[in-house]
Amino acid sequence: MRFLNMLPQLLGVSFLAMGIGLLLMGLGRQFTARIQRRVGPPFYQAYLDVLKCLSKTSITHGFVMDLGTIMSLAGLIATAYYVPFVQWTPTGSGSLVIILYLMTIGYLGMAMGVSASGNPQAPLGIARALALMFGYKIPLVMVILAMILVTGSSDLLNIVNAQQGGPSNWFLLKFPIGFIAVEIAFQAMIGERPYDMMIAPAEIASGPMVELSGKYLGLAFLLHSVQLYVETALIVNLFLGGAANPATFFGKQVLVYLTSMAVNAVMARYRIEQGIAHLWKWAGSLAFIQLLTTKGGF
Amino acid sequence: MEDAVLFNLRDERQSAWESVLNYFRKRSMWMLYYCTGCGAIELPPSMTSRYDMERFGMGPMATPRQADLLLITGYLSVKTLKRVIYSYEQMQEPKYVVGFGSCPINGGIYWDAYPVINHLELFLPVDMSIAGCMPRPQAILDAFQKLMDEIQAGHAVGYKRYRKHHDWYKRNQDAVLARTEAVLEPWEDPFSDAALVESLWNDAPAELRELREVHHDA
Repeated sequence: MRFLNMLPQLLGVSFLAMGIGLLLMGLGRQFTARIQRRVGPPFYQAYLDVLKCLSKTSITHGFVMDLGTIMSLAGLIATAYYVPFVQWTPTGSGSLVIILYLMTIGYLGMAMGVSASGNPQAPLGIARALALMFGYKIPLVMVILAMILVTGSSDLLNIVNAQQGGPSNWFLLKFPIGFIAVEIAFQAMIGERPYDMMIAPAEIASGPMVELSGKYLGLAFLLHSVQLYVETALIVNLFLGGAANPATFFGKQVLVYLTSMAVNAVMARYRIEQGIAHLWKWAGSLAFIQLLTTKGGF
Repeated sequence: MEDAVLFNLRDERQSAWESVLNYFRKRSMWMLYYCTGCGAIELPPSMTSRYDMERFGMGPMATPRQADLLLITGYLSVKTLKRVIYSYEQMQEPKYVVGFGSCPINGGIYWDAYPVINHLELFLPVDMSIAGCMPRPQAILDAFQKLMDEIQAGHAVGYKRYRKHHDWYKRNQDAVLARTEAVLEPWEDPFSDAALVESLWNDAPAELRELREVHHDA
């Protein structure tokens, strides 16, 4: 019964996450085009792409592929239920433990689904994505640990509440070193250059997406859009003090994403071992310094 | 939506739903091309800052599974044709074929070369041909605009022709792919003779022949 009462809110957040994520993708592509002095696609291009993909015929490589694709999308949408949107979550909880746990399910579902396609490029891309996860999860968790020590709560809603009262209270100023570490990790989380070795179209033929056709590709786009929503919202909540209204919240998400796209537009791609080494060396050490210098860290 | 469609270019009827879907299809065309012919050299300027193909929602894709548009960039050797057919058949419908330059139309400067095919439309359903040797980026973008109009109007249905007349296309493919086998003694090339190409066309289903007439008129 409680589930039925929550259903409209849950569906609303699902579509909100997809809608905002696709809008971010479109704005990011236009922003990149401006950097390259092009006109670029319209800001709603990602919606057109997804609807076109869903209108095509598609090939499945078996039940596991269907299951994996749905599981990855479901895992990330479930994450979106715990990430505060304007200091509110449909589940009433913003537990960081649940968020970090559920985010991984998205990747594991994708790994299961595309590996079932039998194309050797797909497991190669997935192996890179999962290896990279070791690189960025550790700095992210160290910074989050520092925040938990300071605020005394692992609930993202409490962390947002602790930052209220103007930009001077934002954790961006309280954890500046940690912010840089998480920004580096964020670049790897959303798979933009220099950490796009899991997609690498010219090298491993777009990796996990190599065998995805038609509707599966459309679902993969939606997956990426929800991923963008969740991860930008996470940074906005952790460092930029959340927001009082949806417009401000979305504006901050755009700011976070476009910063990452600006880096993406001017960087080349690391090899996978360079990428992990870079994440551990720089993001990891910065996050460790942040954890050590936090009051109560040691 | 599946099979009961008229194939005459000028007489394609589409439902309102199909017309809505065609809007998304024309605004988001993803290309698959292999730089196997000289025409591919015109694609980088079409895609990058000068002519910026991405403003129409077009972009390169890595694999046939993801692509909507197969570009035959210039001359097509028989051995490449085999791979092109594999790629085309891996693509998901709706899919479109665009021939670049003179070579896929009539062989171009390679019209008498033994490893090159002269008439692409005998083997794959071509939705749009761009004449020229080579077509400039302006001509390429113009052709893509025209292809978008054809898609919106429901005229670009080459994939449906291919499915309906698959036996005819397959027969032609088998005949020309016989050339890729090793030849140890003098052998008569079935495609060296223009009369033979004409006879293949005479065997073609009536609606494909009519379509050819339309192309000649235009």
